[in-house]
Amino acid sequence: MEAFVKPGEKNRLKERPERPVKQELQPRVVKTPDGQEITVEPLKDYYCEAPPRVHPPAYAKIVEDLFNWARAESLWILGFGTGCGAIEMRPLMTPRFDAYRYGIQWRPTPRQANLFVISGYLSVKTLKRAIRSYEQMQNPKYVVGLGSCTINGGMYWDSYNTIKRLDRYLPVDLYITGCMPRPEALLAGFLELKKIIKAGKGEGANRYAENFDWYKANQKQVIHDWDMPDYSW
Amino acid sequence: MTFEWMKIPFALLTLFIVVNYGLLLTALMQKIAARVGGRYGIPIYQNYIDLLKNYALRSAITHGFMFYLGPVFRLTGGVGLLLFVPTIYGSAMFSNMSFAGDLILALYFIFFGSLGMALGAGESGHPYSAIGVSRGLSQVTMAELPLALAVFAIAVQYQTLSITEIVAAQQGGFLHWTLFTNPLAVIAAMLSFLGSMMRPPFDVVLAPQEIPIGPPTEYHSAYLALMQTNRVIFPIAKIVIFMNLFFGGASNWPVFFVKVFAIYMVSVLVGVVFPRFRVEQSIRWFMVWAVPIGIAAILIV
Repeated sequence: MEAFVKPGEKNRLKERPERPVKQELQPRVVKTPDGQEITVEPLKDYYCEAPPRVHPPAYAKIVEDLFNWARAESLWILGFGTGCGAIEMRPLMTPRFDAYRYGIQWRPTPRQANLFVISGYLSVKTLKRAIRSYEQMQNPKYVVGLGSCTINGGMYWDSYNTIKRLDRYLPVDLYITGCMPRPEALLAGFLELKKIIKAGKGEGANRYAENFDWYKANQKQVIHDWDMPDYSW
Repeated sequence: MTFEWMKIPFALLTLFIVVNYGLLLTALMQKIAARVGGRYGIPIYQNYIDLLKNYALRSAITHGFMFYLGPVFRLTGGVGLLLFVPTIYGSAMFSNMSFAGDLILALYFIFFGSLGMALGAGESGHPYSAIGVSRGLSQVTMAELPLALAVFAIAVQYQTLSITEIVAAQQGGFLHWTLFTNPLAVIAAMLSFLGSMMRPPFDVVLAPQEIPIGPPTEYHSAYLALMQTNRVIFPIAKIVIFMNLFFGGASNWPVFFVKVFAIYMVSVLVGVVFPRFRVEQSIRWFMVWAVPIGIAAILIV
């Protein structure tokens, strides 16, 4: 599981045998109420197959700086707790730490969020969902790895079912170390992320688009039941 | 009737003032709700930053034609409502495009945005949007009923459908307000007001903790920013109608700011005290408490 391909290199691992496509994802013919017969192809109809595109900061520098300031001061976190670290997010919403003071808010849908906090260990099953959620977020988007599990696997180092290094699957902007990091550490991390964004270095979405093949190869290496298109929007 | 072109810049000025006031007022209300919960809440200028950020996002995807038009309809509902209602009574500058039968048009505009939103959210194809739309439309429709009854009551009372004339009839001391001349209609309308402000106990449609925030689940970037713009204009425009119909209107901007704040506070106060209703509970609540009061208001006029 740890033999990874480098950027630009072809996947050297032996191709795994194709798994049969799930019943509900197979193309089928449906009869409409007025008697027409139409073909439904879930993998094509329900997803967009266009690969991600690099969105350059196309504005004058002063405008881009203003936008980056706005992006930094308005971090909308996707409310998706992937591991035990998610429990440290709750005190941030509540009176004790109150992250709303810093313009940090939680959104329930990936479309509206632009910060994805991978909170702790990521099992392979969750990774699949995390990838799809990440790809549905709009550019520019940021990923924060929370806890040692996202850096080197942490206490799940020799687990058969969790990933070790998050930045091989998603472009990580910032890590917050600790097991668990306390809410203070999270706040400090978010403030540090603001500095990164304001400096114009929060270009993770573009890095993902540039090295798309490498990320996909890594992702497909651990996710064996890949029953979705390569890119969901 | 001749159209005076000067009305257009004045209307835009009204819109500008209301957008800025709405952005600050909405943040202030969030801060007040946060203080009740023991938090500091967002900074007062946070809405400006959120808006700028959403307009500045680099990518946006579309689900189709109506998906584009949904937020546009929503914004049209808010702006149209504001522009066809006299904002400041007795001011040639800020009476906007009001005319003789504007009360009926206003009632229509209140509903217009929800319908546009329903079409747009429906095209996004997300099941949560569809659930949100069905919840939202049933609740908003039910909340409109007491408001419509109250509006009929005061239209009968003042024998006019012009908002300006209704405001004019209420001048000369606060005892002339509809609040005191026809309290039942005002109670029915204010109960309906609670239902349409998307605050607890009637916020099951948009609450983030429920089925992910309902109709706008798929909306993002500039689409969402348009809807955010509407979400600061629309409540104010709606409150302007309530202020004109029931609370004597406003003859200058400071009075306007104070009255709008006070009417908005009603829904915030109720919202921080009472927990959330499910849709069928809120519909039953409107049927049991608000609609009979509205009917009584018509009967005793």
